[in-house]
Amino acid sequence: MKLHILAALGIGLITAPVHAADNAGTALLKSQCMSCHAISKPVASLDRLWERKGPDLHYAGNKFNQPWLEKWLQNPVRIRPAGELYTRHLKGSDKEDVVDESTLTPHVKLSKSEAEAVAGALMALTAPDLVEKGVFKGAKVSMTMGGMFFGKLRGCGACHMAKPGSGGSSGPELYTASERLQPDYIYSYIKDPQKIDPGIWMPALGLSEPDLQRLTGYILQLDAREGK
Amino acid sequence: MNITRTVSILSLASGLLFAGQTVAADAEHARAARNYDTYCVQCHGINRNGRGINSRDMSVQPRDHSDAKGMGDIPENEILKVIKEGGLAVNKSVLMPAWGGVMSDAEINEMAAYLRHVCKCGSSK
Repeated sequence: MKLHILAALGIGLITAPVHAADNAGTALLKSQCMSCHAISKPVASLDRLWERKGPDLHYAGNKFNQPWLEKWLQNPVRIRPAGELYTRHLKGSDKEDVVDESTLTPHVKLSKSEAEAVAGALMALTAPDLVEKGVFKGAKVSMTMGGMFFGKLRGCGACHMAKPGSGGSSGPELYTASERLQPDYIYSYIKDPQKIDPGIWMPALGLSEPDLQRLTGYILQLDAREGK
Repeated sequence: MNITRTVSILSLASGLLFAGQTVAADAEHARAARNYDTYCVQCHGINRNGRGINSRDMSVQPRDHSDAKGMGDIPENEILKVIKEGGLAVNKSVLMPAWGGVMSDAEINEMAAYLRHVCKCGSSK
C-alpha cells in the first residue's frame, strides 16, 4: 500500500515539470501566437486568407521539426520573402514589383525556455488526416536532375527560392526546408496544397508518384548542396 | 401627356436596367479582381503588366494583361483553357500553372471577362 503511494508520488514528481512546460507552452501560444496564426482549424475562405498574418499552425505537429522550431523562435528569420499575404506587401517599381519592407513587421522573438515550451505545444497540434505518415520513401536524388525538374520542367523556382536571393518571392524559401519541415509534409503539400491550406496561391501540379518522391528528395537535399 | 409619361417610364426602366447590369458587372469584376490579387499578381503584377515580383528570375516573362494588342490576339477559348489547364495545355510555358483546382469554372469565366476589362480589348477571334 505504502509502496503504491510512493510510486504514485514518484510518477507525479517526474511528470509534473512536463505538464508545467505543456501548460506554459499552451499559454504562450494563446497569448503570443493566436493573433496572427490559427492554432485550431479555421473556416476556410478567401477573406480569411487575406486577413491572416501568418501561416496556420493547427497542423504544426505534422509540419515542423521541433529542433528547428526551438531555434527559429529564438532567432526568427523571414521565410516568406514577401510576407503573408504577399500581395499586401508589394509595391510597383519601374521594373518588377518589389517588397514594401515598411509593411512587414518582425516575428516575435522568444527566450530559450519560452521557445522550448512553445515548440512543445506546437508539436502537439496535429491533423493526421492532412499528412499521411510514411508517404516519402527517402530515396536520394541526383541534384542535377532534381534541379532541372524543380526549375525548367516544373517551374517551382518561379515562386520559391532554392538558394538565397535566387527564385521567386511569393512562396516560402526552400533552402532551409529540410531543417524546417518533415519530409512527409513536404510530399503531402506538393501533392495537394489546397487540401492542407485551402485557397492558398499554390495550385496542385498533378505530379506522378515518382515525381513527387523526386521533388521531395531534391528539396530535402537543398541544404546539403549549399554546404550547410 | 400619356405618351410623354410612357416614354419617361420606359426611359427610367431602361436606365435602371442598365444601372443594374453595370452594378452586376462591377460585382463580377470585383470578385475576379480579388482572385487576380490572390493568385495572378505574384507573376503578372499589381499593375497587371506582367512585372510581378516573381518575374525577375523567370525564364519566360509573364503575359502583360494591360497590352490591348497582345491580349486581343488571344481567342476566348484559349484564355479559359490556359487559366484552367495551364500553359502547357496551349503550348505555352510550364511556368503558368493550372488553376482549375483552385478556381471554379464560374470564377474562371469571370476572370476571362475581367482580363478583357483590364486590357480594354475584345477577342479578335
